[in-house]
Amino acid sequence: MDIKVRVWRQSGPSSAGQMVTYDVKDISPDASFLEMIDVLNETLILNGDDPIAFDHDCREGICGACSMVINGVAHGPEKATTTCQLHMRHFKDGDVIDVEPWRAAAFPVIKDLVVDRTSFDKIIQAGGYISAPTGTAPDAHATPVPKKDADAAFEAATCIGCGACVAACPNGSSMLFTAAKITHLGLMPQGQPERDTRVIDMLQAQDDAGFGGCTNMGECAEVCPKGIPLSLIGRLNSDYRKAISKH
Amino acid sequence: MAVSGIALVLFLFAHAAGNLKIFVGNEDFDHYAHWLRTIGTPLLPDVWFLWIMRVGLLVAVLAHIWSATVLTVRAKKARPVKYAHRPKIQGSYAARTMRWGGVLVLLFIIYHLLDLTTGHLNPVGDSSRPHANVIADFAPDRWYVTLFYTVSIIAVGLHLQHGIFSAVRTLGQQTKHGERRAKAAASLLALALVAMYLSVPFAVLTGLVD
Repeated sequence: MDIKVRVWRQSGPSSAGQMVTYDVKDISPDASFLEMIDVLNETLILNGDDPIAFDHDCREGICGACSMVINGVAHGPEKATTTCQLHMRHFKDGDVIDVEPWRAAAFPVIKDLVVDRTSFDKIIQAGGYISAPTGTAPDAHATPVPKKDADAAFEAATCIGCGACVAACPNGSSMLFTAAKITHLGLMPQGQPERDTRVIDMLQAQDDAGFGGCTNMGECAEVCPKGIPLSLIGRLNSDYRKAISKH
Repeated sequence: MAVSGIALVLFLFAHAAGNLKIFVGNEDFDHYAHWLRTIGTPLLPDVWFLWIMRVGLLVAVLAHIWSATVLTVRAKKARPVKYAHRPKIQGSYAARTMRWGGVLVLLFIIYHLLDLTTGHLNPVGDSSRPHANVIADFAPDRWYVTLFYTVSIIAVGLHLQHGIFSAVRTLGQQTKHGERRAKAAASLLALALVAMYLSVPFAVLTGLVD
């Protein structure tokens, strides 16, 4: 199939960028979106042009590296799918596809489609941990966890920290990401000692990084490649309310 | 946002219930309006309760506008470079019109106070006969007033459809089952409120109340 892509090109963090149109010919419908960009990059390199910089790692949908807004939707049109798992068969021959980086003040563009997601690391550093004694690993069944809680914690723990929630949010808020971490750790017995300080510190780190505030619009959950539910934000709010009433 | 919003929603329901008294009779409606000035007496002097309510509402409105402004400014700062391609977002129409809908509601409240509280913009403007003000307001030849009122009330309804759910979520609603119930309840309450508010002008317009 033959398509056109309009890609955001920006040579460095402080340079101005623009959308540039490229023709991509003879792409297999079974190619992934990233493979399509690979093919385009090979052509660019052969022509002596600068290839398009983009983040990618596992290409199995589990690492959270790929980060493209495709036709205005983070990770493209398929629900619960990362860009690397999106295939060209979901587009039509002759389509013009717009590809942009995550847009957020807290995710500055490094080059082309690559953004700096250090601000997510800052949120994790502020409270995304538990206190655990060092030494040999404890027996797996030493601390009983109800099955329901384990399942719910695991559902939240599937968050790969890609940042699609921020890219999609009209407020540029990272609430779904932070809520996933709060839920994942707060449901486990091991996560209880820091439960109150965690929510306060992570929200502070989120505000300090320049993310917007949540207005419960639900865009984040629509684009989340892992299907993290919007309801986790309520859990974060509930934890926050309890934490501030104690401190 | 949530706490001030809930206070305002409670007021809206009390206000709507009071409006419906016009269906009981014009004298009953006037009686109700005059009673509002004497609530709390003799514990409180005349109209004190009314003024306490007014100050409380003003505080809630200002707190609501302040929170909305902070959120809007933060949202603008959080995305300095806009997307070149941005399809209509997948959230509800109500959710994405909260800000401009809120501005419209504010303009309507200002007009509404000048019309039916102070009487400046009312063709009758007689505070001793509130029913006459209402009936003159929604007379068929003043269709544009009824139209503006209707559009504004629908804006209030949309604002509440997202607002009530959002407030409940902000205060900690966290189950998926509860989310469906909260959304259904928000839609139902918003619809009930719109129906209560629109019943009066349309009753006047059609001559049901005169």
